[in-house]
Amino acid sequence: MNIHEYQARELFAKFGVATQPGAVAFTPDEAEAVASKLGGKIVVKAQIHAGGRGKGTFKNGFKGGVHLCDTPAQARDLASQMLGQVLVTHQTGPEGKEVGKVFVGEAVDITKELYFAILLDRATSAPVVIASTEGGVDIESVAEHTPEKIIRVGVNPALGLMPFQSRKIAATLGLTGPLANQAVKLFASLYKLFIDCDCSMVEINPLVITGKGELLALDAKFNFDDNALYRQPAIVAMRDKSEEDPREVAASEYSLNYIGLDGNIACLVNGAGLAMATMDIIQYAGGKPANFLDVGGGATKDQVSAAFRIILGDANVKGILVNIFGGIMDCNIIANGIVEAARETSLSIPLVVRLEGNNVEAGKKTLAESGLALITGDDILDAAQKVVAAVAKAA
Amino acid sequence: MAILVNPDTRILIQGITGSFGAKHAQLSLDYGTKVVAGVTPGKGGQLFSNVVPIFDTVDQAVKETGATVSVVFVPPPFAADAILEGVDAGLDLVVAITEGIPVNDMVKVKQAMRGSKTRLIGPNCPGLVTPGEGEKSHGGCRIGIAPGYIHKKGNVGVVSRSGTLTYEAVWQLTTRGYGQSTCVGIGGDPVNGTSHTDVLKMFNDDPETEAIIMIGEIGGTAEEEAAAWAKEYCKKPIAAFIAGATAPPGRRMGHAGAIVSGGKGTAAAKIAALEDAGIAVSPTPAEMADTLIRHWGK
Repeated sequence: MNIHEYQARELFAKFGVATQPGAVAFTPDEAEAVASKLGGKIVVKAQIHAGGRGKGTFKNGFKGGVHLCDTPAQARDLASQMLGQVLVTHQTGPEGKEVGKVFVGEAVDITKELYFAILLDRATSAPVVIASTEGGVDIESVAEHTPEKIIRVGVNPALGLMPFQSRKIAATLGLTGPLANQAVKLFASLYKLFIDCDCSMVEINPLVITGKGELLALDAKFNFDDNALYRQPAIVAMRDKSEEDPREVAASEYSLNYIGLDGNIACLVNGAGLAMATMDIIQYAGGKPANFLDVGGGATKDQVSAAFRIILGDANVKGILVNIFGGIMDCNIIANGIVEAARETSLSIPLVVRLEGNNVEAGKKTLAESGLALITGDDILDAAQKVVAAVAKAA
Repeated sequence: MAILVNPDTRILIQGITGSFGAKHAQLSLDYGTKVVAGVTPGKGGQLFSNVVPIFDTVDQAVKETGATVSVVFVPPPFAADAILEGVDAGLDLVVAITEGIPVNDMVKVKQAMRGSKTRLIGPNCPGLVTPGEGEKSHGGCRIGIAPGYIHKKGNVGVVSRSGTLTYEAVWQLTTRGYGQSTCVGIGGDPVNGTSHTDVLKMFNDDPETEAIIMIGEIGGTAEEEAAAWAKEYCKKPIAAFIAGATAPPGRRMGHAGAIVSGGKGTAAAKIAALEDAGIAVSPTPAEMADTLIRHWGK
């Protein structure tokens, strides 16, 4: 789950992580009001989940989703040019994202940009802090080209981030005097936020030193542990479904694990590992997968029907591969679910089914006697080759 | 021999009265596994399926029945507590089937387990099976949710992060006449109790295991670490498969741990490390058994 920049700032404020003053605005009036309270130089930023906003272009021709201005009236004008308009950045794709709110903040006079992140280290099963003097740039390229500029500090989960560790990180970042004290407080607050909100990553890039000698979290990226959302109602309330793929939103309503891709062969599989492997084998057979879809071990007929509707809602899909290993589940029940879903959706594109496991012979018989023009595959590779061939033939 | 569990292992089931736990407890009993106790707080004194005594605590169940292994079917909010209850009772092995345990909970569980004698497998795993000698491998030790009948007693060890891919590999082996010593699902979460490397070490030391299938997926570096260990120490032929070559970066592919982040954990990097270690990598999930049989030469 992702959140907006303004929501990240709200979390920072709640946990005492120093950040630039400002607030979200849903209308030009609100933008003007926020700017009047702030005074001084103002920044107005379009709020969408995608990156690259500053260099993006609105479909109405207005350039840039991030602007500086001097007066509340100018802030109002900027907001009115962004709100309700569609912003296209290198991350949104050509369709862009409609901007429903802007962040209006005090413009910050930056003298130095740093990098600070806390994330789960899988190798040690514990949190780790990553920091660098090279902020405001892509940290992966820093790690690749100048690994000596990356600081890694492991955290004992029973103790949390200790003050001595924060002092050491601050010193290594070259922070001294009052800045070092601010850093220790900021790192401790951020660690508390990381744990209390069940984050899997919090990244501040950049963490800036201002002309006034303040240390501020200027931009942030959050990842939350989906498994913990049941105990994080305040985080769940920040979910913005308009930012998500509508197919994925629909799938989540049926507890289906669906991820949209840009190929034309859809797949419906039981089990996450097998679902990934099925995508891989479609590509291996010369096709392109349209999605990841795990219907789970105990999929019901309703879920299978919903899965078909979601798959067929994607106009790119030209063929479907169903790959089921029915371990405990009766393959015949699954076969009946597929037949019913195919009928309900008046399926008109090639459907290849590979069934294996418990009571598979009865399942295959059900498919064969259904009168549907479906193709059966003997094993996963055979099924993948057949669906790729059928789609190529239909094209 | 086999590893971790054998047909005489006495197991208890935490969460035996829940619908999922009850269903799989019955399937294990039907398979011939020695399910000797169940634990559901508040239901102590009752019987499961008219034969298995239910206790309020793991401690009581262990003292009364001599169970040495527990299977956890407890819902995510209570699973960390259930795992640590098994650790506290001094069990040899706790197998956590539960999917969806918060990562922070597992971080604490791992921390709390340091220095204990208990091994944890999972969470978010199908469990493990040591096949028996009867028809359709009946009489074996089935712990968790895997279909028992697909197995066959034999000499191939299987270790995997994915449930259904394990069943695929096992079924491919069985239908080609190759049995298994033990099949271990280590689970799809980013923080788990037992790694690929841990299981490879056990298979390497197990006289009954002659060859190994290892199934991995994108995310983390556990497969690379296992490859590095195997290159140095493993005396037995290994075939591997890695799922997720076509997965988009930054997206969690069903399993909480199956995510490529910051360019790390890609299928390509894992396959390269495995091949460098002399492990035969199956190009597709359809050829896992055939790849092993060719590499093994048996």
